[in-house]
Amino acid sequence: MAATTNIRVTETPLVLYALRRADDALVLGHRLSEWCGRGPALEEDMALANIGLDLLGQARSLYAYAAEVEAAGHDEDGYAYLREAPQYRNLLLAELPNGDFARTILRQFLYAAFADPYWRAMMRSTDPTLAAVAAKSEKETAYHLRHTAEWVIRLGDGTGESHRRIAQALDDLWPYTGEMFEADAAEHALVESGAALDPAAFRAEWERTVADVLSQATLAVPPSGWMQKGGRTGRHSEHLGHLLAEMQSVARAHPGATW
Amino acid sequence: MSKTVTPLWEVFIRSRNGMAHKHVGSLHAADSTLALQAARDVYTRRGEGLSVWVVPSSAITASDPGDKGMMFEPAESKIYRHPTFYDVPDEVGHM
Repeated sequence: MAATTNIRVTETPLVLYALRRADDALVLGHRLSEWCGRGPALEEDMALANIGLDLLGQARSLYAYAAEVEAAGHDEDGYAYLREAPQYRNLLLAELPNGDFARTILRQFLYAAFADPYWRAMMRSTDPTLAAVAAKSEKETAYHLRHTAEWVIRLGDGTGESHRRIAQALDDLWPYTGEMFEADAAEHALVESGAALDPAAFRAEWERTVADVLSQATLAVPPSGWMQKGGRTGRHSEHLGHLLAEMQSVARAHPGATW
Repeated sequence: MSKTVTPLWEVFIRSRNGMAHKHVGSLHAADSTLALQAARDVYTRRGEGLSVWVVPSSAITASDPGDKGMMFEPAESKIYRHPTFYDVPDEVGHM
């Protein structure tokens, strides 16, 4: 039986960029897959699975590109299954547990309100592969944003219980939103070349979208205080290790298995 | 089982331009906006649709199965109403 040692990734700025976005999509998509068969209604069970599959597709495209750029013989499965938590580069927001339906919907909304305009703008990237990934992702995230925004409004402006639950989720998730707008030197190098865009440039639009939807949902925008970060450099919450242990269990128990 | 108060909707999908919307099934949703999104998520996952309608099931008036003799049997003996006595040119396409 082959050993399941972790791969070592040479993280040039472009590889790192692709992995960060791919890890966001994979980890968030995996969280949504945890709802499969447990949704509050069949309709929403399928809606969450659909969004999860969209994200999985985005992750695959970006991992495939990382593999091509890194040119070290790694592939999509290697990046997904043979890296441990400190090697993952996703936002902390993506790995937070699902909690109840309100928390899952709000987490997706907060992410989509950033990802949708971000990917739409990335269609103008000077990197043709990233521009193509962006063009595909943008249509998907536009729907994610619309769907989750409708639910945020209905949960916030719904019953006493739904309002209480989503208000609690907003308080809990808010400190994880700032990390979306962070960029380090490696990413700024790509911004310089036009391959990537500075996420900070999308903050004002994100704030407008969020404020508009929260106001319709009769929820108050939390004060912008201290923000959590660390996911982009591999310093994760305790939740990611458990997620990966489950997600990677088959690949690590049966290395190289096909079916 | 919890009491359900979520309204039922009928879903119609048009698969191609020029075709009519066809009934594909039903679903539960709180309002028309969510019903349309649910229809998209449940019934168009494999590229089935170009257009979706949702209609409150309560808006449909249906024939009574008990009336089917009176309603439908008189048509069965009138084969001359079927357009089978002449050929439709291929160019006409879908009728």
